[in-house]
Amino acid sequence: MARVIGAVVVDKEECKGCSVCVDACPHDVLALHFEVNSKGYHYSYMKSPEACVGCANCGVVCPDTCITVYRTKAS
Amino acid sequence: MELKEVTKTEGTMDIQDILKPENLVYQKTKLLTDTPMHYCPGCSHGVVHKILAELIDEMGIQERSVGVAPVGCAVFAYNYIDIDWQEAAHGRAPAVATGIARVNPDAFVFTYQGDGDLASIGAAEIMHACNRGENILVVFINNGIYGMTGGQMAPTTLEGMVTATTPYGRNTDLNGYPMRITNLIAQLPGTSYVTRQAVHTAGGVRKCKRALKKAIQNVLDKKGTSFVEVVSTCNSGWKLSPVAANKWMEENMIPYYPLGDMKDSVKGEHSEN
Ligand SMILES: Cc1ncc(C[n+]2csc(CCOP(=O)(O)OP(=O)(O)O)c2C)c(N)n1
Ligand code: SF4
Ligand code: SF4
Ligand code: SF4
Ligand SMILES: [Mg+2]
Repeated sequence: MARVIGAVVVDKEECKGCSVCVDACPHDVLALHFEVNSKGYHYSYMKSPEACVGCANCGVVCPDTCITVYRTKAS
Repeated sequence: MELKEVTKTEGTMDIQDILKPENLVYQKTKLLTDTPMHYCPGCSHGVVHKILAELIDEMGIQERSVGVAPVGCAVFAYNYIDIDWQEAAHGRAPAVATGIARVNPDAFVFTYQGDGDLASIGAAEIMHACNRGENILVVFINNGIYGMTGGQMAPTTLEGMVTATTPYGRNTDLNGYPMRITNLIAQLPGTSYVTRQAVHTAGGVRKCKRALKKAIQNVLDKKGTSFVEVVSTCNSGWKLSPVAANKWMEENMIPYYPLGDMKDSVKGEHSEN
């Protein structure tokens, strides 16, 4: 059966580590990384990529528009 | 992207097979410039800028759009959305927008204003522009505080809310009551569409975008003033984390500033609800 799967790419240099995307993800895909970017922010990343469905909630709520979202179907 | 392979429950799928142009569902609109926004992490201003930029792009009105930026944290809005802009003196954006819209009747003119800018120093300008039914959109960012100057009380600050100038909380005997200025504006016959939205959830952002789209269309159709309040956070001024500020807003701001349309009409028709 076809299943919706997704993936996101976070522009880690633009990310300000606000965590709003982490909170908005319905599948607990995202988390803030232990490492920081050059601005000193713990950037968002896919901690559990297998759970992403590509719903784009994270991208939509990001104030700095640093998330690009992809979605497809896997059989 | 550091992650190379994702094991999906129903078989292995290389993440590169998902990250293909044909699978793209969401990306930064080209109307947002490459200039990083100066806003604090998690600030609502960035979200509202983004949906405005998306709509101006999707509606094909980049060449006709003129924004009027406020004094307040959004003073640099002109650095972020790739359209024509004019900076106004504090609170005077509706007067400046009036001039621009009257000499350019085919332009899409909007103001972008905070609650200090719009409801305090600029209270007269907004009331009269809306009463005249100027053919503009007003985007009103109500974060209940003067964000830019360090978190002082605004007319919209909630009763009991602690700010830099109300360390014991807003006292209505001393400071008056939090002003629901959007409700006042909905009473004015010059306004066409008046609504209150929020952008603290993905659903809220999508709804707010629909409301802004309708408001922009009303301006293009010359229906009078459209007014979109966005109940917002100022996590720095509120001294909360961005996620905690969103929750605080939901629990405290939205009950006092309930979301939804207040008026959907054309100017001259007095039909607010
Ligand atoms: C004539 C004038 N008076 C006062 C100020 C100081 N000032 C700058 S921004 C601001 C208030 C901004 O608050 P708001 O409009 O709510 O915007 P926010 O930063 O919260 O988005 C004030 C009082 C000024 N710049 N000009
Ligand atoms: S696209 Fe949806 S599921 Fe995937 S990380 Fe973003 S919010 Fe989570
Ligand atoms: S919402 Fe945007 S800026 Fe905030 S942590 Fe997520 S990716 Fe970074
Ligand atoms: S001070 Fe408040 S309104 Fe200004 S950028 Fe920071 S969070 Fe946003
Ligand atoms: Mg404010």
